[in-house]
Amino acid sequence: MIGAEFVALSLPPILIGCLAAIACAIPGNFLLLRRQALIGDAISHVVLPGIVVGFLVTRTVSTWPMMLGAGGAAIVAVLLIESIRRAGRLEPGAAMGVVFSTMFAGGVLLLEQSDTSSVHLDVQHALYGNLESLIWLDATGWASLLDAQALAGLPPELPRMAITCLIVTGVTALLWRPLKLSTFDEGFARALGLPVRALSLALVIMAAMAAVAAFDAVGSIIVIAMFICPPAAARLMTDRLAHQVWLSVGFATLSAILGYVLAGYGPLWLGFDDSVSAAGMIATVSGLILALAAGFGPRRAPRSA
Amino acid sequence: MWGLGYNAALVATGAGLLGAAAGITGSFLVLRKRALVSDAIAHATLPGIALAFLVMVALGGDGRSLAGLLMGSALSAWLGLLCVGWLTHATRLSEDAAIGAVLSVFFGFGILLLTVIQSLNLGRQAGLETFLLGATAGMLYSDALTIAIGGGLATLAALVLRRPMLTAAFDPGYAIATGLDVRRVDLAMMGLVMAITVIGIKIVGLVLIVAMVILPPVTARFWSDRGNRVVLIAGIMGGLTGLVGALISATAPNLPTGPIIVLTGSAGFALSLLIAPRRGLLATVLGQHRYQRQVHLRQGLLALAHGHPVYERFTLRLLIRAGLANPDGTATETGRAAAARALLDESRWQVLRADPAQEIAASHYDGLRPIETVLTPDQIAQIDARLAPRPLT
Amino acid sequence: MQLGLAARDGRIVSTDENKTAPLAVRGLTVTYGEKPALFALDATFEAGVMSAIIGPNGAGKSTLLKAVLGMVSPVSGDIRAYGHPVRDVLDRIAYVPQRASVDWDFPARVIDVVLMGMARELGLLRPIRRAHRDRAMDCLTRVGMEHFADRQIGQLSGGQQQRVFLARALAQEADLYLLDEPFAGVDAATEKTIVAVLKSLRDTGRTVVVVHHDLATVSDYFERALLINTTRIAEGPVADVLTPDTLQATYGGRLAQAQLAQILG
Repeated sequence: MIGAEFVALSLPPILIGCLAAIACAIPGNFLLLRRQALIGDAISHVVLPGIVVGFLVTRTVSTWPMMLGAGGAAIVAVLLIESIRRAGRLEPGAAMGVVFSTMFAGGVLLLEQSDTSSVHLDVQHALYGNLESLIWLDATGWASLLDAQALAGLPPELPRMAITCLIVTGVTALLWRPLKLSTFDEGFARALGLPVRALSLALVIMAAMAAVAAFDAVGSIIVIAMFICPPAAARLMTDRLAHQVWLSVGFATLSAILGYVLAGYGPLWLGFDDSVSAAGMIATVSGLILALAAGFGPRRAPRSA
Repeated sequence: MWGLGYNAALVATGAGLLGAAAGITGSFLVLRKRALVSDAIAHATLPGIALAFLVMVALGGDGRSLAGLLMGSALSAWLGLLCVGWLTHATRLSEDAAIGAVLSVFFGFGILLLTVIQSLNLGRQAGLETFLLGATAGMLYSDALTIAIGGGLATLAALVLRRPMLTAAFDPGYAIATGLDVRRVDLAMMGLVMAITVIGIKIVGLVLIVAMVILPPVTARFWSDRGNRVVLIAGIMGGLTGLVGALISATAPNLPTGPIIVLTGSAGFALSLLIAPRRGLLATVLGQHRYQRQVHLRQGLLALAHGHPVYERFTLRLLIRAGLANPDGTATETGRAAAARALLDESRWQVLRADPAQEIAASHYDGLRPIETVLTPDQIAQIDARLAPRPLT
Repeated sequence: MQLGLAARDGRIVSTDENKTAPLAVRGLTVTYGEKPALFALDATFEAGVMSAIIGPNGAGKSTLLKAVLGMVSPVSGDIRAYGHPVRDVLDRIAYVPQRASVDWDFPARVIDVVLMGMARELGLLRPIRRAHRDRAMDCLTRVGMEHFADRQIGQLSGGQQQRVFLARALAQEADLYLLDEPFAGVDAATEKTIVAVLKSLRDTGRTVVVVHHDLATVSDYFERALLINTTRIAEGPVADVLTPDTLQATYGGRLAQAQLAQILG
């Protein structure tokens, strides 16, 4: 299994899956602590209308317009949620529900109305992505990793996801202190003169970036699951923020690798021909990890108030 | 009926009834600040649908019996709900995290099972994908009938349960004190949301069903502050949205039912957000501006009365524009009179608020309200009697 | 000091006073919806003094601090600290929010919270050096919490949490300390510690402003008091301000005669 075929067929999707999972899990930690875990859910719902609009405007199925559309939709959604919450004096959950279901419905309607059947643009793809198809045809074995010509044939999702992951990690490291402070005690952070609003916007934009890049590669199921499950599981293991973030990165990686391998090879081991959805399996594995943490994690207990 | 097919009319009726039930039940969910629990329930139906299909096929059926699929979806939604409860109560995770975790994991597992079904090559397309976004085109008569009857039953149940649900949602502490079993009411409420979800997924799809539960109550909230009214308005809103949405979608081939119903509801929401009296955006913004002006005027008048300079430019501009002050900041004739009145009013309020016997009247104080709107002339005379001996400067 | 009008009129904030006072508020109106939390409030807090802000629940005490720190935006009014807009002198102001305003389950240790008080000087990436840690430990020692530095904050009692918050404010090394109900729900030992720390701050020339809810201890702890209930009722030295009339005006019928007698000794 660890041969040339592995490098060509499995290594790229596994790497892309890991990078996507990590890029989502890192901002997920802060969203979780801020009780905004479902922002990730909302963002991944509005990605669909975003790419449809991106397609309708440019009439091409190229990556950048669609990613820009998705990113724009995510930011519009977040701003709408915030202003509806204020204007209508609604609880955040209700405001999110209103915004993401409306935008998602709009996206589906646009998709049905426009002639997109000829191109590869549909709801299913938005949901599951197609991790399995991200293969590296130029690879002939491990040696290809050092072969510039072969490397040029890598699926473009890989460098894109790597850059996204790098940016998310870098921004988190840079803003670590103010993010931590304003997440713990927003009032005190304001009293210190920290730009609290800008910080939470930066966090959401980071999450949106991760969601959009990851969605393109792996579909929105993984995105939602990775925003929440690895950080939640890590939360039940430790009382130190830095440890929590590192653990969540570990859980995300584990989910991606284990999920991909189980989806790809599990059915073969059971005697079936086809593999099953890797995105679905990765989400399932992350859920199992969370279940284990919730059952046995050393810091799982609710604080007795 | 309006040139629609019999099925379409039946579906529209079912969607209307379902919308009413969803609106009523959703009111309590939103009041309890648990709106997105319905999203977790909806997404958690998917593995149940797929498993039910597999089981029915294994038992020799064709796997597409709507009743069987709905039963499976109800079971897994229930399991999802239990998981949300377990994560919230047995661990330190908050409910929103629990909702997100259950939603994504159940949904992911459901997608996994759908690909299993595909790979098993069962000879025919299972068509289970229609549950994601709903599809009413090509629906069987029996399916439409199931939905219409289910919607009717759900509305009925919501109407019957509305009193205890309202009590539990509005003031759980009081509800417990009066002997109401809040946990059971909660359970019934979740059961209803589940029933609505299960019936609704064929029409609206499980990704969007959450909108039917949330949109009507948050829309209704703009039109009334009273719990009972909100429930009633939400029920009507939901019913209309379902009916109108289903009818619109039946007029053309590429108007998918679910999204159209949701967008109909969203339009109602957006309109209410803008124009509702008192709570609407327009009314709030105008009210705030008016209020700000009143506050500045009042403070300006009090400053004039005390002979203090008016510090804020905005205040001075308002005073000048109202003919109460001269550009140099001194009071005009009318300004002096108005300032004296404002000062008298303020002094009366001070006396009133210092009187423990007048606490209720004093609670109306908001800095702007003239005391005449709270007290009778006799009472004001009494206050003035106590005011007189005190020096005014 | 007299009730109502007289109290209002007895004071005219001179421009000079505003230029020097650690904190001066003029014509401050803050509303949540249509009902004002504060209306046309004037107040001046003097340097090197411990002042209490007193009033019933919902009188606008916390709102006053929040407005000062820019957490709520006022409908009207002017707020100055040391003669400047507060925004420009935030580095001279330390703040202790209500203990209940944060989630104590947050993954952090006691020392981490105290170090947050140095956020401005540490910036984004400057490394936390020995000197910073020593200073943080020193702040913990002053509140008697030096043995808890590595403890997870969720494991602390209410009083200990409050002391950690105070230590964080000490780490800010400010001139003006604003505390929101620091004695709410804390044990007697903690209350004593906090008062001692605040008095030592005052004795070194710092200004301390405390939102306070226990009338019985006002005269023991504070030199000056501001009585508010949406508007200002009275302001001045505690002995002058705490009279049956002003208390009645502040608390309305909520204050029984027996309580009054006890407070006024």
